Amino acid sequence: MAIVPPTMSPQGASMTDSGAVRPSARSLHFVARALGALWSNRKSRVGLAILAFFILVAIFAPWLAPHSPTATNFRPYQNPNSVNWLGTTGNGQDVLSQMIYGTRVSLLVGLGAGLLATFLALLIGLIAGFRPGVVDDVLSFTTNLALVLPGLPLMIVIAAYLRSNSTWMILLVIGFTGWATGARVMRSQTATLRTRDFVTAATFSGERLFRIVFREILPNMVSLAAASFFGAATAAVIAAASLEFLGMGNPNSVSWGSILYWAENDNALLTGQWVLVLVPGMAIVMLALSFILINFGIDALSNPRLRER
Amino acid sequence: MRYFLRKLAMFALTLWAAVTLNFIIPRLMPGSPVQAALSRLAGTGQTVTEAMKRAVEIQLGLPHTSLWAQYGDYLIGIMHLRFGMTYSITDVSVTRAILAAAPWTIVLVGTSTVIAFVIGTLLGVYAGWRRQTKVDSAVTIGSTFFSAFPPFFLGLLLLYFLGFKYHMFPLTGGYTPGAVPHLTLSFLGDAVYHSILPAVTLVVTSLAGWVLGMRNNMINTLGEDYVLFAEANGLRDRTIALLYVARNALLPNVTGFGLALGAVIGGSVLVESIFGYPGIGSLLLLAVNNRDYPLMQAIFLLITVSMLVTIFVVDLLYGLLDPRVRGT
Repeated sequence: MAIVPPTMSPQGASMTDSGAVRPSARSLHFVARALGALWSNRKSRVGLAILAFFILVAIFAPWLAPHSPTATNFRPYQNPNSVNWLGTTGNGQDVLSQMIYGTRVSLLVGLGAGLLATFLALLIGLIAGFRPGVVDDVLSFTTNLALVLPGLPLMIVIAAYLRSNSTWMILLVIGFTGWATGARVMRSQTATLRTRDFVTAATFSGERLFRIVFREILPNMVSLAAASFFGAATAAVIAAASLEFLGMGNPNSVSWGSILYWAENDNALLTGQWVLVLVPGMAIVMLALSFILINFGIDALSNPRLRER
Repeated sequence: MRYFLRKLAMFALTLWAAVTLNFIIPRLMPGSPVQAALSRLAGTGQTVTEAMKRAVEIQLGLPHTSLWAQYGDYLIGIMHLRFGMTYSITDVSVTRAILAAAPWTIVLVGTSTVIAFVIGTLLGVYAGWRRQTKVDSAVTIGSTFFSAFPPFFLGLLLLYFLGFKYHMFPLTGGYTPGAVPHLTLSFLGDAVYHSILPAVTLVVTSLAGWVLGMRNNMINTLGEDYVLFAEANGLRDRTIALLYVARNALLPNVTGFGLALGAVIGGSVLVESIFGYPGIGSLLLLAVNNRDYPLMQAIFLLITVSMLVTIFVVDLLYGLLDPRVRGT
């Protein structure tokens, strides 16, 4: 059992206190507590509600969508009407059904790329912060280099070379280009934690490095990791929309960005079909907004001065 | 002095790494960018001269020479600013195409960045000072809402409503077609008129970063002991907020401003393309759509290097402004 230091944050303490509980139950308890804390913040409550809405739509898409998203058996270029509530695309597909199914792709890219970027940031930040000297120098240099490389142009260039045009490629490109900001924050946090008394105590009591990193350090990084995750997810949602809009995703997949891409190709704004631009665009805005709002709550958790009184 | 030397060494190292990365990326990619570029070049109908072929190969990878020899050729080419011919625009070298586009981007995005920084910081000062008021909520929520907009989407909306529907602004271009870019008052006026919508798009979507950063710093600084002391001394509320708090809360935002200036050249790819603005962003997309790899490589290099140079200069200035930084 780790020595529980008085300086540990509430999250960390709760994880070691309940040592008798099974790991799964303990992490469930932790998630519930974190959600409860976020729910008590007005802004992040709105964000959580919006995100929950999109997740439900994505899960129940087959039951919610009135038509098949890929069926092309409607009259093309229809404005909203009683059959096709949001009109039809130039290929005669139902826009509402495409919107509902498209939620899956946008959520997948946003959450997936956010997760990948956060994982890389944690990995690199933890190693760099825990191994001062050459390892830290090399990793910090890499991080700073990745930080100054221009994000969107880099993604565009890589996507242009890859030419494979798939949703997964977009997810990977965004994930692998978006980790640097998080890694820098995690590195400095790890570096300060490493010299704290409770970590020294754990080292002296003979704990292995692996256990120190995962049981002593990591619990204190949860709010940083969460903030980094939602920040990366926000950027991912916006970047994915931009890449798809440029036709660098798979234009034949059913996603919000693809609807925008085809709308631009068909000059939907000039032909009066502004719904084709407004609806997917606003959906992207709302999803990105939900991540930003949730991050407000996380900020307030980790910095008491920002709490609303 | 040691501080500046270390910064200089760091800058040189990063510059080298970025230039090398620009060399490696096309060579790592599956397929053969060289073949694609050459067949694309032949497809444009121009006669492919030996020199053009060689330029493409130097930038994107030669099948027969060693990697080191290629790397040497590539570095020499960069030092002489030789980037070969673009085949997106006939009879124009990559360097000339970039030089023609860069001023447009620098003026548009540079001005927008400055405007966004000033407005955002002032709003942030006010919101942080008067926190928990209606103005604070309106500023915070409003700027956050617009920061969730992909810039190209806001651009499309503005273009549709203000340009297409109500004819208040031109639909495309950096100036009226037919006009020749030169420095007269009427041409400048025309250019400004064309740049209003893209500028508004860029300012509105980037406002939140400045507002929230400044607001958070204000709130943190307002909690400091010396602020309490100033209050106890009976100083006026506004004096404390502006002279004591805002000045100290400003530093992180100034750093951010340096970074934002560095990102100017590459920061508006999609917005430029939406508005048909004749800048670097539009040029990059033109290159991407035409698989014009020499142009694409050169633009990417320019975007990266301008970022690095700006950060370097900001670092130096920061060292001059804040002696504490030099010590670490």
